[in-house]
Amino acid sequence: MKKKVLTVDDSRTIRNMLLVTLNNAGFDTIQAEDGVEGLEVLEESNPDVIVTDINMPRLDGFGFIEGVRRNEKYRAIPILVLTTESDAEKKNRARQAGATGWIVKPFDPAKLIDAIERVTA
Amino acid sequence: MDMNEIKEIFFQECEEQLAELESGLLKMNDGDRDPETVNAVFRAVHSIKGGAGAFGLDDLVAFAHVFETTLDCVRSNKLEPTQDVLKVMLKSADVLADLTNAARDGGSVDESRSRGLVKELEALANGELPSPSAEPPAPKAAAKAAPAAPAPAAKPTDDSGFQPIPFSFDDFGDEDGAETGLPAYEITFKPRHELYSKGNDATLLLRDLSRLGEMTIYCNMDELPGLEELDPEAAYFFWNITIKTDKGEDAIRTVFEFAEWDCDLTVKPVEEASAGVTGNEELPMVPVPFDLSILDETDAAEAVSAARSEDTAAAVAAAETASNVTQMAAAAARVEKKESAAAAAAAANAAAQNNAAGAGQTIRVDLDRVDRLINLVGELVINQAMLSQSVIENDTTGTSSINMGLEELQQLTREIQDSVMAIRAQPVKPVFQRMSRIVREIADMTGKSIRLITEGENTEVDKTVIDKLAEPLTHMIRNAVDHGIETPEKRAAAGKNTEGTVRLTAKHRSGRILIELADDGAGINREKVRQKAIDNDLIPADANLSDEEIDNLIFLPGFSTADKISDISGRGVGMDVVKRSIQALGGRINITSKPGHGSVFTMSLPLTLAVLDGMVVTVAGQTLVVPLTAIVETLQPEAAAIHSFGANHRLISIRNSFCPLVDVGRILNFRATQANPVEGVALLVESEGGGQRALMVDAIQGQRQVVIKSLEANYTHVPGIAAATILGDGRVALILDVDAVVGASRGHSLKAEMSLAAVG
Repeated sequence: MKKKVLTVDDSRTIRNMLLVTLNNAGFDTIQAEDGVEGLEVLEESNPDVIVTDINMPRLDGFGFIEGVRRNEKYRAIPILVLTTESDAEKKNRARQAGATGWIVKPFDPAKLIDAIERVTA
Repeated sequence: MDMNEIKEIFFQECEEQLAELESGLLKMNDGDRDPETVNAVFRAVHSIKGGAGAFGLDDLVAFAHVFETTLDCVRSNKLEPTQDVLKVMLKSADVLADLTNAARDGGSVDESRSRGLVKELEALANGELPSPSAEPPAPKAAAKAAPAAPAPAAKPTDDSGFQPIPFSFDDFGDEDGAETGLPAYEITFKPRHELYSKGNDATLLLRDLSRLGEMTIYCNMDELPGLEELDPEAAYFFWNITIKTDKGEDAIRTVFEFAEWDCDLTVKPVEEASAGVTGNEELPMVPVPFDLSILDETDAAEAVSAARSEDTAAAVAAAETASNVTQMAAAAARVEKKESAAAAAAAANAAAQNNAAGAGQTIRVDLDRVDRLINLVGELVINQAMLSQSVIENDTTGTSSINMGLEELQQLTREIQDSVMAIRAQPVKPVFQRMSRIVREIADMTGKSIRLITEGENTEVDKTVIDKLAEPLTHMIRNAVDHGIETPEKRAAAGKNTEGTVRLTAKHRSGRILIELADDGAGINREKVRQKAIDNDLIPADANLSDEEIDNLIFLPGFSTADKISDISGRGVGMDVVKRSIQALGGRINITSKPGHGSVFTMSLPLTLAVLDGMVVTVAGQTLVVPLTAIVETLQPEAAAIHSFGANHRLISIRNSFCPLVDVGRILNFRATQANPVEGVALLVESEGGGQRALMVDAIQGQRQVVIKSLEANYTHVPGIAAATILGDGRVALILDVDAVVGASRGHSLKAEMSLAAVG
């Protein structure tokens, strides 16, 4: 069965790139535009892994990750943070919120797929 | 979707982000300190950087990065967004826009401009900030602070030490790593329970590791307590691994990249370690070979994953400490301001839904499709009119159900039309925002200090109008700043605020959009303008012109008030070109000026270029349409009210005032002599200048919404005619250009370009 990835990013450009990359790599892809929508979509989609941005309107990546982890059902779902930020303090914050891994943009499709493979069974 | 399409989307998005950036910065400039404004500004730059990185647009990334860093300082309250700071940021936003355009269209940006700004931005970021490099890199510190305490492999079991033999024994097929020449590593991997609560999985990490080379794993259960002491959320197992791989230590560390903080990890090349795991028998533990093949069996994998979630369930529950709850509540509160932390969590979902609805869902539609829809609705309107007409012609009872149905159809058609038009309607905001940049640039170049105030940015108008508005507006703004507003010294001498003000306003007025550009500069120097017009043979030396007429001379072709053509205004575009482009839009432009107090340009434009409400009239056997917005009232002239004035002019007295009477049929050369006013109908119209005229037509057929078909595009420009339309019976009717007719009535020929037509 195809693995399902939920991507959360406010940039249309990045969403499109993720969609193309993930679909080409044989994943099912569901998308959300910010943390709030991410939490909504999560309920219906039940993904195998989540890839999220940090800087987003309404609910940012930290809040989104916390929201996911708070839900009994999604405590163990791998969450990868895909962001241009590389600063250690923010990384740490994302980890504390419950992020599984951190991938720094620019977007390298091979690295992303590799990381997703690494955290999903 | 291919890369080029995504790139196209990226640049579209950039445009939106740049607009967001500028409007945010301007808000901050006006004293807005809302964190969400600052965040939105930051996100805009951040997004551009992110996308640009994906496309390898290095110049853009580099500049956006510096900009973002400085914005981050503002966001984290390390840098006060004073006017000076914002000045640098607004300029940076301009450069960012230029870099984006250069990335899209090719070309380059003056490097000295961006380099200078980079320095300024860096200075801002560094000025009040400790150097970011002073912060210790947290992950490494964490790893070092927690050395693998129980590392059992550390105990030497072979005192002789082992030296790998530096040549290959491949022929023997020996599987011993040392003997095949592959470097071997010893790894101890001891997860802490946090590892699982972040969605990591030790088995997956080990699987990944096994892909690097041949691997032996022992699971150390030494720390596993008795059942009665077992804490289901703790992590007791750890692993000793030997791996032979030519991928290097970095590859091994990469496997544990995401786990690094939540485990104790040691990786040692075997030659440095004094022992292999094979000597583990001497250790006080029970090594259990770890079978990775379970990962290949679905059942087992599911079992593992089930176990994992059970394990972590408790772990996460425990992790939800009070501070965590507060954090989550804060996040929820950002979504919707709720005081109660308890309610916030529950409200978060509901709020999310509300917000989604409130934000207004949008879709992007190809403009061609909307155009096609508009065209179709246009045809529908014509068809409906046709249907009405034939029903009226054939229906004798007058109250049939057909009539009722027809009325309903008419109403529906109208609604569909309005809705379709609304699709194309957009706020003038983007154009207005672009103007603030022009003002900044020209102010910089001329050394003037200018404040741009915009009002009514959300006034909506058809997209075609918006698109064509930018160019004339840009030119007028340039003029206002370059010619209109005086230098700070002159302003000070005149007792004015040294900072000049340019006010750009948009509003709806009787079915049109009115755009006003006012400056508080010196106003038009009428003497100079007049002299210039005489010098250029534009008016006779003895011409007797009103102030208003003199002001409007600047719209004449070939007229320039600047003594010397400057870089800024003298781009070969005069106000005559501005006027022509406004007229091409079916609009009018007018100027009023008060010496010493500034000038006001007023543009009146139609809301759409597609339909108009018109009065269908007959003139000399021809059917014409007069735009309803121009008509003040209609009246049946009585003989007593008509007065002759000179040989060819007639006036009509309306409520004790006189209004020139204009025979439309005569002016359009439909007939050779003037018709008798008493036999016709007078349409009292108001031209943009405010002057009234009574237009004489033979009869009124009725009011109707008509679809505008361009005459220029299909035939050629006809003086006095604005456009054409198709009537219900399929005939073409011409739409009257009321202002041109009014202008012509003043004696200006319809055949020449009516330069002074707008003079009131």
